Amino acid sequence: MDTMTTILQPDHATIRGVSKPAKSRAARRVHGLSDRTIAWLFVAPTIALLLAINIFPLIWMIRLSFTNLNLSMSYLPLRFVGLDNFRDILSDEDVWFRLQTTAQFVISSVALQVVVGFGLALLINRQFRGHSFWTTIILLPMMLSPAVVGNFWTLLLQPQIGPFNYLISLFTGVPPSSFSMTGQVSLAPWTIVLVDTWMWAPYVMLICLAGLRSIPDYIYEAAEVDRASAWRQFWSITLPMTVPFLMLAVLFRAIENFKMFDMVNLLTSGGPGSTTELVSISLKRAAFEKWRTGYSSALAIILFVTVFGAANIYVKTLNKVKQR
Amino acid sequence: MRRLGWLRSTAASAVVAAAALGGLGGGQAAAQGKQLTLCWAAWDPANALVELGKDFTKQSGIEMKYEFVPWTSYADRFLNELNSHGKLCDLIIGDSQWIGGAAENKWYVKLNDFFDKEKISMDDFVPATVVGYSQWPKNTPNYWALPAMADAVGWTYRKDWFARPEIQSAFKAKYGRDLAPPKTYDELKQIGEFFQGHEIDGKKVYGAYIFTERGSEGITMGVTNVLYNYGFAYDNPKKPYQMQGIVNSADAAKGLEFYKELYKCCTAPGMTNAYMQEGLDAFKSGQVAMQMNWFAFFPGLYKDPNVGGDKIGFFVNPAGPKGHFTQLGGQGISVVATSDHKDDALAYIKWFAQPAVQQKWWQIGGYSALKAVVDAPDFPKSAAFAPQFLESMGIVKDFWAEPSYAQLLLDMQKRVHDYVVADKGTAQQALDLLVKDWTKVFKEQGKEVASQ
Repeated sequence: MDTMTTILQPDHATIRGVSKPAKSRAARRVHGLSDRTIAWLFVAPTIALLLAINIFPLIWMIRLSFTNLNLSMSYLPLRFVGLDNFRDILSDEDVWFRLQTTAQFVISSVALQVVVGFGLALLINRQFRGHSFWTTIILLPMMLSPAVVGNFWTLLLQPQIGPFNYLISLFTGVPPSSFSMTGQVSLAPWTIVLVDTWMWAPYVMLICLAGLRSIPDYIYEAAEVDRASAWRQFWSITLPMTVPFLMLAVLFRAIENFKMFDMVNLLTSGGPGSTTELVSISLKRAAFEKWRTGYSSALAIILFVTVFGAANIYVKTLNKVKQR
Repeated sequence: MRRLGWLRSTAASAVVAAAALGGLGGGQAAAQGKQLTLCWAAWDPANALVELGKDFTKQSGIEMKYEFVPWTSYADRFLNELNSHGKLCDLIIGDSQWIGGAAENKWYVKLNDFFDKEKISMDDFVPATVVGYSQWPKNTPNYWALPAMADAVGWTYRKDWFARPEIQSAFKAKYGRDLAPPKTYDELKQIGEFFQGHEIDGKKVYGAYIFTERGSEGITMGVTNVLYNYGFAYDNPKKPYQMQGIVNSADAAKGLEFYKELYKCCTAPGMTNAYMQEGLDAFKSGQVAMQMNWFAFFPGLYKDPNVGGDKIGFFVNPAGPKGHFTQLGGQGISVVATSDHKDDALAYIKWFAQPAVQQKWWQIGGYSALKAVVDAPDFPKSAAFAPQFLESMGIVKDFWAEPSYAQLLLDMQKRVHDYVVADKGTAQQALDLLVKDWTKVFKEQGKEVASQ
């Protein structure tokens, strides 16, 4: 108890005797801060986090991409290999094939999502009974985790017990267990497009819906006065005015699908063979299964530059469209 | 004051009583507060190990904690842990192929001195498991693990279907021989073809279940059972790392073609990415006549109320035209070098190596590699699958155990899956590409790779 008192006493004294002037000094100090300093104070934690979590690893990764580092053989001396990793990647047929597979997946899935999402937005934009209920139902898939989606679609697509094959069989007469959506080279790429569209078309729908609701009613009223047909209204008002929103949806989905990993990994593991092995799956295998850290860092940089470059060009185009 | 004094004495008595009760209920562990974490895969034998570990806690007072990860992410998860020098695991039951990397990277504690001190002799264990799970470099007396879970690929079959007179006679009429567990792969294929699409009890059944999984190690662990028996080897025994003409020999290509034929003729629809669990599901649901899988699952299958007991039979991986081998599975137990509890972990290994513990390990569902257990006269009768297990452990071969094994494995997964499941190219082309991939990996590792 005595010790406690001894330790506490000076603190009490400090609080009693010094707290008031200290407080006023602090207040004066705060009062004396410029807006710029206060702004920096607010932003500093975020910048520190950004530096620690994003910028530093990025710089470290750039450094590693010029080395031979392989974490499963970390006893080997670390060597600077210059551009060897980049040369290896860019001259590897398999990498080009993976990029091609990824491009096909991105283009097909985003195109389908835009068509389906825009169609759904047009439907949901009308007022009808049960509107809120159907909107919620449509939005459900995008609220699920990709891991859950991957797993339950694997079950749905199972050739012997999955209802999907039975449904196809009902309409086509093809025996349900005679084809495998995830196991056949001709079907597997379309299967991942289908599942991704099921999951993300509602997201495109939401963005399009925002676009549709931003079109003022008076424009349609004016068109009605001019006796424009519904078709004409769609082509001349609805579509042009939602194009910026559609382009935004395309940008978001394209970036997301370019790095798609979890759902495809669960559905097909990149198979059959390497048919659906997207570049993100290759990257994960190189980095965390083969432990080729130097090589995978170089591959990650190439992908980053590709996505960053493409997104920049796209954003510039989007801005031009908006200005029009 | 008197009241306070009474309170103090009551509180003191309560503390003493609680400590005494804790001592009775929680063993020495609560008193000592020691704990070990053991990392392994999440599967049937892991549950048996938890049961077995209770004896260790009783004896030593050291509490056991377990970190079990599903097979599909087992290698990723724990190799990442070891690579990053994490302290999650004190003890690890690591896959046989990790031993090279674990030794070279000093992830495991070298156990030679400990074995000498505790009089644990590797001569007391089945030789294949010592080479497979403990030694690096192979066939040298450098030990990094104690053989913990002996395992190999074996086969189960529906004994009750094979015994049905109508099936027997139909088979004999078609092939001119009795229907019996196959001794060769040609026989296995015939049986597979016979059962494929057959109706049994009003249900369509299929011939065989084989490994085809793409993501981790599945198809490689399946195809090697055929490849070894068709003449495939990893390198020239006289010239290490010389793979040209060995890995991609004409015989090896025939073996790969055979695996594809087996996949095409005799497996159930949709088995394009299937490994252990899918095989168990297919067999338990009465879908297939024969199933390739690890011996580790056989105790569980034997106990299955629907397909176990008299309904299930076991056979050794069939022979091929060039030999009779099977794929080694199983793992050794090692002490993780970054553990803060190395002494306790070594105490666990010392306890685990005892013959009585090994005997119990076998009895409750684990697979002992101790000769005293498996060479005992009553061992073949101790379980329905014990004779096949014993025979299999005498003919095992393992995949590369080099530090770069993960790259070698994933390259093989890709080339084999591309050919067998995705119909890409020919068997010869697949193996030629595999030689190219493996040569590149070994060169990166600084190995001399002779082309001829």
